[in-house]
Amino acid sequence: MSGGVDSSTVAAMLRAEGHNVIGLTMQLWNQRRLAGQEGMPESVQGRCCSLDDVYDARRVAQHIGIPYYVVNHEERFERDVVRPFVNEYLSGRTPIPCSLCNNHLKFDQLLVVAQQIGADSVATGHYARVEYDQGVGRWLLKRPADESKDQTYFLFGLTQDQLSRTIFPLGGMTKPEVRELARRHGLALAEKPDSQEICFVPGGDYKRFLDAYLAEQGGALPDTAGELVTTSGEVIGEHNGIHNFTVGQRKGLGVATGSPLYVIQINGRDKQVVVGGAENLYSRTLRTRRVNLVAVNELRQPMRVGVKIRHRHVPAAAVLERISSDDGDDEILVTFDEPQRAITPGQAAVFYDGEVVVGGGWIAQPLAVPQ
Amino acid sequence: MSNMRRVYLDNNASTPVLPQVLAAMRPYFGETFGNPSSIHHHGQETRAAVERARDSVARLFGCRASEVVFTSGGTEGDNLAIAGLVKAGDHIVSSSIEHHAVLNSCRHLEAFGCEVTYVPVDGRGLVDPGDLRRALRPTTKLISIMMANNETGVLQPVEEIGRIAAESDVYFHTDAVQAAGKVAVNVQNIGCDLLSISGHKMHAPQGAGALYVRKGTRLEPLFYGGRHERSRRAGTENVPGIVGLGKAADLALEALELGDEGNLAWLRDRLQQGILSQVDEAGVNGDGAPRVPNTTNIFFDHIDGEAMVIALDLKGLAISTGAACSSGALEPSHVLVAMGLPGDRARASIRFSLGKQNTAEDVEFALALVPETVSRLRELSPVYRRQTVSSNS
Repeated sequence: MSGGVDSSTVAAMLRAEGHNVIGLTMQLWNQRRLAGQEGMPESVQGRCCSLDDVYDARRVAQHIGIPYYVVNHEERFERDVVRPFVNEYLSGRTPIPCSLCNNHLKFDQLLVVAQQIGADSVATGHYARVEYDQGVGRWLLKRPADESKDQTYFLFGLTQDQLSRTIFPLGGMTKPEVRELARRHGLALAEKPDSQEICFVPGGDYKRFLDAYLAEQGGALPDTAGELVTTSGEVIGEHNGIHNFTVGQRKGLGVATGSPLYVIQINGRDKQVVVGGAENLYSRTLRTRRVNLVAVNELRQPMRVGVKIRHRHVPAAAVLERISSDDGDDEILVTFDEPQRAITPGQAAVFYDGEVVVGGGWIAQPLAVPQ
Repeated sequence: MSNMRRVYLDNNASTPVLPQVLAAMRPYFGETFGNPSSIHHHGQETRAAVERARDSVARLFGCRASEVVFTSGGTEGDNLAIAGLVKAGDHIVSSSIEHHAVLNSCRHLEAFGCEVTYVPVDGRGLVDPGDLRRALRPTTKLISIMMANNETGVLQPVEEIGRIAAESDVYFHTDAVQAAGKVAVNVQNIGCDLLSISGHKMHAPQGAGALYVRKGTRLEPLFYGGRHERSRRAGTENVPGIVGLGKAADLALEALELGDEGNLAWLRDRLQQGILSQVDEAGVNGDGAPRVPNTTNIFFDHIDGEAMVIALDLKGLAISTGAACSSGALEPSHVLVAMGLPGDRARASIRFSLGKQNTAEDVEFALALVPETVSRLRELSPVYRRQTVSSNS
């Protein structure tokens, strides 16, 4: 229970259905920890894990009459979500902390807590559906009724065991329906605005967060300044650090040329930012690493699917093919029917067969600079 | 769930108001309601009740009634004793295992030009009076060492500390919140100048407490206002709470004279031995030190104390990982860490604390739940599983 409308409504729904419901809030990050440091805002309000949100969640639990506890997993969150987030940026990739949090905290650590306290399943306010398919003998993850709220992109990493013990009661509802239900259950927070940003990055300013976090750790941002080069290898200027860039970015390159320039690739090892014209942003293939397959056990032969390469992306038609990498990780090569714009290493590629999530993986650095 | 049997073994967090205490308080919520400072009949009635309660607390402390100041509880008493006494430039000697009411008062004063030495404790949780003596300086104004620790129940050598303070002409404050009602808190025997207690830890209500202030000890008040409590604590008295505290003090003194704490110790020992005989890789924190009769703090290696508290609460048994004020905090208990426990063991420690209302059946209830819950939590602990597998192979 985050103290938001979705998880609060889930608790009220399940309670009304007669389930034995226990409310848990995961305390993951101390919002006061970096407050006021290195240009970070002094006050933090209405954010996940803030005292206000714990207060809201507790009030809901009291209102609907369920036991409620706060469990502290700050250490694990920092190790498995915050540090990788920082390291990804410093390596020239653009991370998605929400997927890491789902894989390592919400559907791993929280399921352990559930088992420890004698609960059978964990229910959350995610917009997604879980179903058991008798035919293939697997738990399926499916897109929700409200496609505008679809969170399956962040949930592709769930294992069969995790899915079997997970309930998403909002999968069949739209957000307005959820708010209406919250009102009918008399929840005071029915009108509370949705959270939008990464929960531990106030104001969405990740650069300021990186500065403040590294300073707190007794370090500083490593010098990742380097050269700006064109796709043909010509050095045309310098940049102030690779973590300031993301693939597809146009503004802030600091070079004036006749035609607009975009970030095409970020090369962490050489600290190079490769820039080029809009046409260079398109690519037909990508490689995914650390793949998790959901709807199928393995990928024996090429498979036609739709692939999302970022959260707000309409699945694009593609073919999946298993390839082996040098280090033995089973990678999947995705070949799109049409070239896709700004494929960004560090983001996830999630594979869909209609509304069913086939699986997904993390987008790896392309092997060559697109020409 | 609502008609589930519930057993409460977290009396160091708060105790139920005893029926006799409630009965004594009841008139002061309605028919007897005057402001004790008023001149008229109604004021005289409540003034008399407050002064009767002061006599009762004075009997518990073994002091004069004029040396008792009523407060809102232990935290206020600790703050008044410490912040009311020291000034910028003064030195305080305290310990690393004090309650946050003392620790944070000291830290606050450090920011205002006071210096504080926090003496360590040994593995049993005991302060060494020698360390204390060595920490004294010409500028030392106050020693503040708790009488009984809230997490382990360990009793500090306060009488010896009182002698050191007297010899060195230093004020001595003791936080006796967890001692009052469990052991004698006679200020003459202890040799202290200031001693704080809290009502709700001894079967009086929350929001009432008392501070012993030895005659001649000048305290700067925390609040400014009327001349209540001989100008040491402004604000209209919490009459029902004070009456309850007085009654609880009477009952505590009576029980001590009858030796009732032996019964509490018997129950506590039965619980402790029952658990340790059924659970391996467990032990008592503070073993070997004198303890109050109601508390045992037990570590269960390889478990997460937080999960244990939730799992047992869902089965009807209320216990805690340590101070209620610290729950939800990430850091392991400062008390257990100061005793030298590694972080994992401190996080795997559970406090059981009994009250006058607990029975042998309550202890049996706990004994039926705790060992089974520990083994379930261990089975679900990846670390424990790995260790068991490797030791079997």
